[in-house]
Amino acid sequence: MRAVRRTVRLWLAPGRLAEEGDTPDYRFSLANERTFLAWLRTALALIGGGFAVDQFLPDLRWGPRVGLALALLLAGALSALRSVSHFVRCERAMRRGEDLPLSRFPALLSLVIAVVALAMVVVVLAGWQS
Amino acid sequence: MNGRDPGLQPERTRLAWRRTTLAATVAVVLALKSALTDGAGPAALLGCALCLAAWLGFLGVAHRRITALASRTGRPVPLAPRLAASAAGWTVALALCGSAVLR
Repeated sequence: MRAVRRTVRLWLAPGRLAEEGDTPDYRFSLANERTFLAWLRTALALIGGGFAVDQFLPDLRWGPRVGLALALLLAGALSALRSVSHFVRCERAMRRGEDLPLSRFPALLSLVIAVVALAMVVVVLAGWQS
Repeated sequence: MNGRDPGLQPERTRLAWRRTTLAATVAVVLALKSALTDGAGPAALLGCALCLAAWLGFLGVAHRRITALASRTGRPVPLAPRLAASAAGWTVALALCGSAVLR
């Protein structure tokens, strides 16, 4: 919890980040920024997918349709938040000359996406039967 | 720094921001379609307005960063964490408004 608070403080006070270590080669920072943007696009795609589930499966009952849509929207929001925290942590690691942070998040996210996709297949097949 | 960066890093980063605004536009169009499926009541219109506000906020952040990267004088400035946080914040706002317009 304290780590979370420290990270959020780093987001909002860029001066703190600049105080630490040495400025890395700007190309590394730009590469880090592009990785951040790729994660942000992943988040936006998940959010768009949530809306797509809501619209393009109108024959489903309310429960599974809104449940799947909300799961995708939530995954998108979490990815967006995590993308900033990872960006800031990578930036700090580069300034301090440490190894880049490792993360379980990509594996977790792909598991969640696999589960949602399987649930969608099951729900669509079951919806056709009725 | 003299001349162009042989790796074209600022250009690539600028294009990555462009792609991201396109992704945001697609998500917002889907959100508006979702909000307006049951006609345009006051709640649906409010949801649309909030989604559009989130979209404009995101475009504003992207525009600031794209203009900063497009200036050819000196070394490119790294992305400020605050700007990154506000880009992600608008994305989360879009998801929140979106979850309110689902029905």
